[in-house]
Amino acid sequence: MKRNPRELETTHRKLNRRTLLVGGIQAAFVGGLAMRMRYMQVDQADQFRLLAEENRINIRLIPPKRGEIFDRNGKIIGQNIPSYRVVIVREDAGDVEKVIENLTRLIPLNDEELARARTEMRRSAPFLPVTLADRITWEDISKVAVNAPALPGITPEVGLTRVYPQSDDFAHVVGYVGPVSDYDLSQITDPEPVLRIPRFQIGKVGLEAKREDLLRGKAGAKRVEVNATGRVMRELDRREGQQGADLQLTVDAELQEYVQARLGDESAAAVIVDCETGDLRAIASAPSFDPNLFVRGISLADYRGLTENTYRPLANKTVQGTYPPGSTFKMITALAALEAGVTGPDDTVYCPGYLEVGSRRFHCWRRGGHGHVDLLNSLKQSCDVYYYEMALKVGIDKISAMAQKFGLGVKHNIPMSAVARGLAPNRDWKSRVHGQDWLVGDTANASIGQGFMLASPMQLAVMTARIATGRSVSPRLVKSANGVEQPTGAGEVMDLNENNLRRLRRGMYAVSNERRGTAYGSRIIADAFRMAGKTGTSQVRNITAAERAAGVIRNKDLPWERRDHALFVGFAPFDNPKYAVSVVVEHGGGGSKAAAPIARDVMLQALYNGQPPLEAYPKKDRSRIKAQQERLQGGRRPKARPDGKDRA
Amino acid sequence: MSYLEYSVKSTPTGLRKILFMNWPLTLLLISVACVGFLMLYSVAGGSFTPWAEPQMKRFVLGLGVMTVVALVPIWFWRNMAVLAYAVSIMLLIAVELFGTVGMGAQRWIDIGFMRLQPSELMKITLIMVLAAYYDWLPGNKTSRPLWVLVPVLIILLPTFMVLRQPDLGTSILLLMAGGGLMFLAGVHWAYFAAVIAAGVGLITAVFQGRGTDWQLLKNYQYRRIDTFLDPSSDPLGAGYHITQSKIALGSGGWTGRGFMQGTQSRLNFLPEKHTDFIFTTLAEEFGFVGGFSLLGLYTLIIVFCIATAIATKDRFSSLVTLGVSINFFLFFSVNMSMVMGLAPVVGVPLPMVSYGGSAMLVLMLAFGLVQSAHIHRPRGAPR
Repeated sequence: MKRNPRELETTHRKLNRRTLLVGGIQAAFVGGLAMRMRYMQVDQADQFRLLAEENRINIRLIPPKRGEIFDRNGKIIGQNIPSYRVVIVREDAGDVEKVIENLTRLIPLNDEELARARTEMRRSAPFLPVTLADRITWEDISKVAVNAPALPGITPEVGLTRVYPQSDDFAHVVGYVGPVSDYDLSQITDPEPVLRIPRFQIGKVGLEAKREDLLRGKAGAKRVEVNATGRVMRELDRREGQQGADLQLTVDAELQEYVQARLGDESAAAVIVDCETGDLRAIASAPSFDPNLFVRGISLADYRGLTENTYRPLANKTVQGTYPPGSTFKMITALAALEAGVTGPDDTVYCPGYLEVGSRRFHCWRRGGHGHVDLLNSLKQSCDVYYYEMALKVGIDKISAMAQKFGLGVKHNIPMSAVARGLAPNRDWKSRVHGQDWLVGDTANASIGQGFMLASPMQLAVMTARIATGRSVSPRLVKSANGVEQPTGAGEVMDLNENNLRRLRRGMYAVSNERRGTAYGSRIIADAFRMAGKTGTSQVRNITAAERAAGVIRNKDLPWERRDHALFVGFAPFDNPKYAVSVVVEHGGGGSKAAAPIARDVMLQALYNGQPPLEAYPKKDRSRIKAQQERLQGGRRPKARPDGKDRA
Repeated sequence: MSYLEYSVKSTPTGLRKILFMNWPLTLLLISVACVGFLMLYSVAGGSFTPWAEPQMKRFVLGLGVMTVVALVPIWFWRNMAVLAYAVSIMLLIAVELFGTVGMGAQRWIDIGFMRLQPSELMKITLIMVLAAYYDWLPGNKTSRPLWVLVPVLIILLPTFMVLRQPDLGTSILLLMAGGGLMFLAGVHWAYFAAVIAAGVGLITAVFQGRGTDWQLLKNYQYRRIDTFLDPSSDPLGAGYHITQSKIALGSGGWTGRGFMQGTQSRLNFLPEKHTDFIFTTLAEEFGFVGGFSLLGLYTLIIVFCIATAIATKDRFSSLVTLGVSINFFLFFSVNMSMVMGLAPVVGVPLPMVSYGGSAMLVLMLAFGLVQSAHIHRPRGAPR
């Protein structure tokens, strides 16, 4: 198309004008972009730099080393040992199934654990490690390490786990740890972040749980650089945490081991408390269990075995079991009467074998009666009628107050699980809880430690220590934390007439050392270590008048769970009390037969600090004791080795 | 204007033409491409694979294409314009029928040695056909309604086809480049005012139509707009890209965090760091200085194009050169606005720097036209 040059000229000019206009718009836009870039990169740079750092830097917790637990002589009870596990990183493994197959040829793998690992692998990012086998032995981990080239993506890892080398002996004292559960987390308001570490172990029961605050320590932290998918690229720096405090117990592991073995297969509890400091030298509940099972994650069958056992191995009978104290309570009734001045130590009561209280007849354990008895004889022969009389004179409220003064019905402050308060009932308590008036018959029952009266073996041991010393001794389980000695439980001198206490102790001496004393058969004949004590047999059923008429059925003929509890409390040496002991044998029958021998044996063990000489035993018992000592020495179960080699 | 001090009376011939190429422009293009290689090397974690090396090969190929196109007289290209446009339209139809679906859209045809994106090709052929049209049309008819309607249809046909793919970014670029060319050609400003008014109406309609049966955009496109308007509303979902991009860019500061030291890109917080978001890596690692320098290089390319356009007396040459520059400008300004959070994420690469074969080859082809216009500019006696 031919163009007129002038027209060409005008269109060209117009084009150039518009070109410059468009160029101007473009320049303005570029200017705008530059301004925006400057605003973001210069004015707001710090803010964006911070966001970038937040993106890339992650804080990872370093779990603290848990404090260890020792006995009073430094023997280890709760220990941290290296725990080896095998982890797989899917991304590095390539053919996961082939690698697992190779691994199976080297070390035993648990099918259940494998199935769980496979599920976890499907869900998690390919570069995250998944545990294939936990708590494997050093030999197995070495095999894995040596064969590393054939096992791509497999890494042996080491962590710390808890083990209890003393196994059953300290299960109830120390308890056990376990991995934090969702339930645990829900119970804690604002849980520490360290608790969210997978498989982090916390105390579940016993001292481990109660002194979690001391044992756990403080978590350290490391700053790591991560990429957008969360993979750690490198570590930037770290701040070490603080390991948990080591705890030293007042318990003597050897004595504890002996006591546990001496209780044997009975459903029983025994407590030995140091009269001077309140230190719990031994606190054993039988039967026991292996706490290591729980650390590992107990199998359903094992757990059912423990819960369905009628002897209740999981229950810590020393502090959470409460029993009618029976005749072991009589010292309290007597002391309440003596302190109130309603009787003197030499005043006698006539025991015809029963006492009529209101319309009811309260029987003495001896049908024929004891005749005229004073304080000493009432204790020695455990005459019930004497105490019915005393109680009726002094009244329940003073008895109850005296019981509380001696730690019954009072919750002792010791770091164990489910410490029971027990019960020292009074008028006020009955109307409050039962909405009924206190009856005079209740007082009679309470006077001999029956009826509503309940106490734990530990409370009875503490009561005995208080009788022996006249001071309000309180129990102590932790001797020192991180080397810092904890306050002792020596206690104040109690506001009591020392003369009354002396007469009471003299009566207890008669129980164990004089003919016709209920525990004469279980006496200690070493003069330096004479023991004073009191037997108790507490009923777990009512004996009806009809049954009594037909003749009370002997314990042996009753089913186990209806038999009487056997109890014994005592202290020794009589002149200079060192230890107080209490023994409860559930449904063991009579206290003098079932409980007193155990108490004597464990007391001698404590006094001689090891195996006592046969000369300390009455002559006629020596051959039997010798056999028993040999049996206990030989029969002590082998302990689980701390290296966890007992893995199936 | 002559950059080499040769005084020639007539258009050079043969391979001598190479000497008369717009060398500053060529050097600028090479510089920008080198920035691209550097960044692709960096985002690959200090490696020529998988991006920097193929990109270099393609750039060398691109330089070849540019030279070949430059050596062919510009009037040949003018004559080819309508044919090229027709072929592009057919390719767009082909991609609709046989195209490969990628990222929720049909965008390319696999032709063996490369993936051809007809929409990329369309950007250049649209400019050619419009330039040829206005070269042909007498100036006094430019603003007559009927003669305005023709180019409008020429623009809208490919725009709608690309929108159907659906590729919102490219269709907007086509629309704006085409409109820009019409404005340069001298169409009366009142038409543009009317279109802008209509555009405002359309945007209203787009938003009003959301959620109804006749909604105009795909859901993901709506979400991108939402995200653009408020990236923090969904920081781990759709807003993640924008948020991370802004963090990377802002954390660069004045001089950046150093070559290959950008944490956002090195640790993969940046999405699409080798394509659409490569500018962010540059800004993070070289800071404001680096980002501003690249912006400067781009601006110089535009300036040289405008200079070439003004210098030539040939209307087709001017319009093609300006069209290419507008296209180029739209590429980098939309991409930069996007990574700075000024525009929604529409999937426009950074020209000559982002990894991608089609886009780079088409751009080099376009600059070949600019070079051809420069080499074959009318010389001789002044009027």
